[in-house]
Amino acid sequence: MKELLIIAIGSALVNNVVLSQFLGICPFLGVSKKVETASGMGGAVIFVITIASFFAGLIYKFILAPLHFEYLQTIVFILVIAALVQFVEMFLKKAMPSLYNALGVYLPLITTNCAVLGVALANVQKEYSLLQGVINGIGISVGFAIAIVILAGIREKMEYNDVSESFQGTPIVLITSALMAIAFFGFSGLI
Amino acid sequence: MSGCTERVYNGLVKENPTFVLMLGMCPTLAVTTSAINGAGMGLSTTVVLVLSNMLISMLRKIIPDSLRIPAFIVVVASFVTIVQFLLQGFVPTLYDALGLYIPLIVVNCIILGRAESYASKNGVLLSIFDGVGMGLGFTVGLTAIGIVRELIGAGKIFGYQLLPLADEAAGKGGYVPVTIFILAPGAFLVLAGLTALQNKVKNNAKKKGKKVVETASCGEGCASCTNSACGGKVFPTGNEE
Repeated sequence: MKELLIIAIGSALVNNVVLSQFLGICPFLGVSKKVETASGMGGAVIFVITIASFFAGLIYKFILAPLHFEYLQTIVFILVIAALVQFVEMFLKKAMPSLYNALGVYLPLITTNCAVLGVALANVQKEYSLLQGVINGIGISVGFAIAIVILAGIREKMEYNDVSESFQGTPIVLITSALMAIAFFGFSGLI
Repeated sequence: MSGCTERVYNGLVKENPTFVLMLGMCPTLAVTTSAINGAGMGLSTTVVLVLSNMLISMLRKIIPDSLRIPAFIVVVASFVTIVQFLLQGFVPTLYDALGLYIPLIVVNCIILGRAESYASKNGVLLSIFDGVGMGLGFTVGLTAIGIVRELIGAGKIFGYQLLPLADEAAGKGGYVPVTIFILAPGAFLVLAGLTALQNKVKNNAKKKGKKVVETASCGEGCASCTNSACGGKVFPTGNEE
């Protein structure tokens, strides 16, 4: 139990997926204009990464590893994730329309979010068990949600600031992320 | 200018993936801690891009339209796996340095983007040169960012100690490296500086009334990515509204 907690905190705060691993930069910069959309994206990412890390782990443990097809992992994982995202989207549309309305728009964007594939591959690389892999996935995606919601909050306030012409748009967002990354260094003492 | 050199020029300068289109931001930020790593990542991506552009262009008349994105993904992922094993076998130091980011070349927007918007519509030779141009443009971008970060963060370029370091104990004056530039925040800072510079150039060009290429992907979010390979539906469901 203690070990699982360490994995979760480690991947959520200490090695934050966006601010120190640089996975999922595109949605981080692109969908962080408003806190509302950012939390929608964060929720969708938590949902998909948790399911994807479970299924990718399952396929690796019970299909690829016993047959010694480990070298196919990249190809298999990306196809599984792509198919899974679409399946989740269709399932939510039919079964849980309210959740679909909240997350639906963000789901197709997640296929190309490299954090999803990154988690699946990192779980194999670190030789995590199925449970550890899923916990790691939850930790990483919660870390992503935290980072994107904080950035969106800062950006909402920044709307009213007078930013010099060249730094408007992406540059000032990148500088904000740099400051956030420095702040997240503080968590490295946690473990 | 013939078609092939035009493609290379287009990738290197006019539509440079790092500085103009701002595609593939994840590896751009993550592996540019030194110039060597940046160049290694750029060249690996170039190899994958050239090979996948070639194969996709050859198969463009065979792949059915509705299944093209999964087909592209399989082609790209196969080449990435090949490159990964070649690096592991022949350049193990680079393999260790790049780590997880080698398999992640698969989800690099540049590769699927070029497959979708260029290779699937054009001849084999032109597609190869398009891959070379785009790949080299990406390599130049990554190496440039790597050089800046390595120089400020460690006083080195390509591992060569350019600025002599200060040594407190020996009382020797010299350069005190700003370590933060080779750590995570430095990546954001350098990229922020570069995009600000690019904005400045664009604004100046606009004032003079010139036409400028708009930043496509990350500035606006992948939602506005023009090609369906980035952010669209991967498998056709048939019930899209």
